[in-house]
Amino acid sequence: MKKISWYNATTLQEAQQEVDATASSLLSGAGKGSAILKSGGIDVLDLMKEGLIAPQKVVNIRNIPGLDKIEYNSKSGLRMGANVTLSSIEKNNDVKTNYKALQLAVAKAATPQLRNMSTIGGNLGQRTRCWYFRSIDHECLRKGGNTCFAKNGENEYHAVINNGTCASVYASSVATALMAYDAIIEIAGENGQKREVPIEEFFVTPYQDVRKENVLKGGEIITALMLPSVNDKIKSHYIKQGARQSYDWALADVAVVAEVSGKKCKDAKVVLGAASPVPMRSKEAESILMRDGINESSAKLAAEAAMEKATPLEKNGYKVAIFKAILQRAIMKTV
Amino acid sequence: MEKKKIKMPYGITGDKISEVEREVPMNEPEGWPVNAELKHVGKRVKRLDAQAKVTGAAQYTSDIQLPGLLVGKMLLAAHPSAEIRAIDTSKAESLRGVYGIHMMQNEEGEEYPKVRYAGQPIVAVAATSEAIAEEAVAMIKVDYNTMPFVVDVEKAMDPEAPIVYEAPVEQTASEGGEEIESGLQLKGNVRGPNVGKPRGELEPGFASADVVLENTYRTQVQTHNALESHGMIVDWKPDGVTIYASTQGTQGVRNEFADLFELPRSKVRVVVEFMGGGFGAKHGLGTHGVAAGHLAKKTGRPVKMMATRKEEQISQGNRPNSIQYLKVGVKKNGELTAIEQKSHGTAGVGLGAGVGGVAQTMYTCPNFRTEQYDVFTHAGPGAAWRAPGAVQGIFGLEQILDELAEKIGMDPLALRDKVDPSKVRKVGRKVGAERFAWSRRKPAGSGTGVVKKGIGVAQSSWWRIHSTNATAEVKIFKDGAIEVRSGVQDIGTGTKTILAQVVAEELGITPEEIMVRIGDTLFPDAPGSGGSQVTASITPAARNAAYQVKRKLFDMVADQLEIDASELKAENGQVISTKDASKKMTFREALASMPVSQVSATESRTKEYAGEYLHWDLGSVQFVELNVDTETGMIKIDKVTAAHSCGRPINITQLESQINGGIIQGISYALYEDRILDRNTGHMVNHTLDTYKVPYAMDIPEIDIALMEDYNAKSSTDAYGIGEPSNIATAAAIANAVYNAIGVRIREIPITPAKVLAALGKA
Repeated sequence: MKKISWYNATTLQEAQQEVDATASSLLSGAGKGSAILKSGGIDVLDLMKEGLIAPQKVVNIRNIPGLDKIEYNSKSGLRMGANVTLSSIEKNNDVKTNYKALQLAVAKAATPQLRNMSTIGGNLGQRTRCWYFRSIDHECLRKGGNTCFAKNGENEYHAVINNGTCASVYASSVATALMAYDAIIEIAGENGQKREVPIEEFFVTPYQDVRKENVLKGGEIITALMLPSVNDKIKSHYIKQGARQSYDWALADVAVVAEVSGKKCKDAKVVLGAASPVPMRSKEAESILMRDGINESSAKLAAEAAMEKATPLEKNGYKVAIFKAILQRAIMKTV
Repeated sequence: MEKKKIKMPYGITGDKISEVEREVPMNEPEGWPVNAELKHVGKRVKRLDAQAKVTGAAQYTSDIQLPGLLVGKMLLAAHPSAEIRAIDTSKAESLRGVYGIHMMQNEEGEEYPKVRYAGQPIVAVAATSEAIAEEAVAMIKVDYNTMPFVVDVEKAMDPEAPIVYEAPVEQTASEGGEEIESGLQLKGNVRGPNVGKPRGELEPGFASADVVLENTYRTQVQTHNALESHGMIVDWKPDGVTIYASTQGTQGVRNEFADLFELPRSKVRVVVEFMGGGFGAKHGLGTHGVAAGHLAKKTGRPVKMMATRKEEQISQGNRPNSIQYLKVGVKKNGELTAIEQKSHGTAGVGLGAGVGGVAQTMYTCPNFRTEQYDVFTHAGPGAAWRAPGAVQGIFGLEQILDELAEKIGMDPLALRDKVDPSKVRKVGRKVGAERFAWSRRKPAGSGTGVVKKGIGVAQSSWWRIHSTNATAEVKIFKDGAIEVRSGVQDIGTGTKTILAQVVAEELGITPEEIMVRIGDTLFPDAPGSGGSQVTASITPAARNAAYQVKRKLFDMVADQLEIDASELKAENGQVISTKDASKKMTFREALASMPVSQVSATESRTKEYAGEYLHWDLGSVQFVELNVDTETGMIKIDKVTAAHSCGRPINITQLESQINGGIIQGISYALYEDRILDRNTGHMVNHTLDTYKVPYAMDIPEIDIALMEDYNAKSSTDAYGIGEPSNIATAAAIANAVYNAIGVRIREIPITPAKVLAALGKA
């Protein structure tokens, strides 16, 4: 690892003044800057250790006051500051009571030690774990190269949907649950103004811009995540399947948030993680649930529908079967 | 030579233990009774260095700092196959803090090393800090002439495939490694066959069978992943070289270093007090030891070279894969009529990819043939890996036996009762089956529901390996100190503690009173930790040395007690007459009364006591219970019951710990681990511990160990190793249990969700 200088920001403005690059801009060689943000530092440090980025300056935003609170109000919903750690979300009683799928997703993310360090803002901003992307020996599309090595290479962990340009999958499994709750991401812009971005608009697909995974620009900082309020008819569940029981990245993960009354399902959100380069809703599955209510046969139909568009690669066809299995199970867990 | 007759226990716990008489040299101690009658041997003695390890006080090689220490880093080949036209190190050399650069060499001795795999160490740089060394490495420019490569073993077997070696290759096995047959022919990338020891004729054998099965079994390449990486510190001083090495063989490192740099062996000292694991890959100097040696010699300063995790995975050794064809004939009554085996495997640019001798030796069968081939690929070299060959071989053999048992309608254990001559495995099957409740086993695939339970069994065999080049010194001091000294290293399994137990037993004192100094070639030579030979080699040497030093002590104090030395014994901290209990003194008083300040005795492992013995090998029987989720393909191991033998057990806690480790590695091999080389670029894609899967806490099942005492009266301790035996049977037992669960046989590991779902026709 190369030498870095360290800047401890105490305000957002200060941090924004110091920063002139993002991990993505360093990775793809776009832009000129060399100072990047870090919150928990998990992914930034990893990228540095692997020799993928070599920032000259790291600007620590961990100590900026006010970004580390979880607030809940039954009318306005949940607000989590960007520096809130995954372990504090995991243990928060309001989250446990009202946002079960989120709690399950957070509790399954990484290891207890990593959850103590990693922040929700950083978790959303982390880059894909695609092993070609993470390898200094492979200059892939996402890093400014010409090839997706995964498409005709070792692709057992890669995308099964929307994998035409880049077959990586998005790393955060917490985002799968957040999307099912229609989370809003609050971002502080360079001009000091805040903007709110619905989570579905936060992600950038490889078709849009393969060098980016989200809409954040240099100098922009996630300040909070907001989840709308829930009523007691809203049920949710989340299932993640890794290659082992202990800590692992998802082979497949799914979140379901449904408003259920009796046999009817008024509203349903079905989200697939680790299926495509960004987390994605399955509107096909959702409409089946809203049409048929939630029962064994609708769950099966929905699971099939969610994978209808799958275009698996040579070695990842099994992921389709796993998605179908766990989606069906997650749907049935909401009733 | 004058000999004496001693009585020793003979037999297996759980069966029967009798007594046998052995004629042994006069300087050998009396036979010990069974463990139940001993005080320290065979007991759960706490590791002497437990506190140092748990608190972090233990200094591993990578922890050691020396004044003026330089840190070395490697430049790794960027391509899997290339000739190097030029290497420009000028920029790196002029970087402030860089002290030395060393060009790595292949055996051919060209100017620049020929690149045969991506990640091959090319140039080493020593600098004042790790960061500067890394920066310097990044400044080195290599001009590669890239050439075609092949990383897939089956593609490499094609006569048209790119060639790894132009000329026939000879290599020697590392200590405890799979034996490498010399002089075999090389055709393209395929070297062999090694035909082992054939017997009988196959054709009439198969003709006399009621059922003949043939199948192909595949195992993957597995990397060692010791917690501490490979590496050494070489401190080259004018009067001699001191090497701090993360090694499983102090003697081997010393000899290789001395030979390489043309130094007398006495001028090279190798030290390893604590060792963070080796599993077979840490014999000899290795690339990093060689580089550290050259750089230390060049710079005149101590140089530390520790491999990175990526280097560990790529260039520091692996268990070769195997593609094994097996054809076995069986009669309805279970008798085996013929075994035919043909295997191919790749140790990358190395040799040693055979499947061992288990198919040849383990079961009674009159007709046997094997052909084992090494296939060269553009990949990092294999190395010995916990029971080399046997782990792969058992995966095929124990599955086909399961398949044959089903075909002839026999219980898998009953078939083994028929064909297995090992007495200890027979006891293991009985004891294990009872503890595991084997009788509840249901027909394959008969479970209903999404999650299906299965149980399976597999056995293994390993040699009783020992080395007579194993020497220990026991010293007693007038001030009360008692020391054991040997060059033997503790690979992490607790060698220090067992030496203290053996000596304490002989001297009638407690293990905690003994200072054990090992892992240093200043002390007497001992073998490397390979072949599970350390306990078998060094504990008899230590016991014999303790016995001799005791006799010297008795001679010195007998006069004071006014008795003959021959009637003295040492027990419970006392030196006491066997005839008159009032004639005694404490062990410390005895030491204090010595006319000299210290007395020592140095003894070596003697050859195995002659006579009949129960069986030639170390046996194990492992039972596995697991669940398979037929929708997600996930396997969860619930329980492993393991019946094991290792001669006379010395430390039960440590043995269980080692067996736990062997089983966990077996689970890891069966379900998770897989070195993946990118087919298009030749680079390993899963070189991090994030992507190279090993099991963590939640993946570990309940492990129930039935440790059999297996007395064969072969040495003064009659103890053998467990390191390798514990790792051999697990993967085959898991595969058999998976079959029992889902009714479809998966003949390739790792058994991932992808393979399970494919087997079930779901992916």
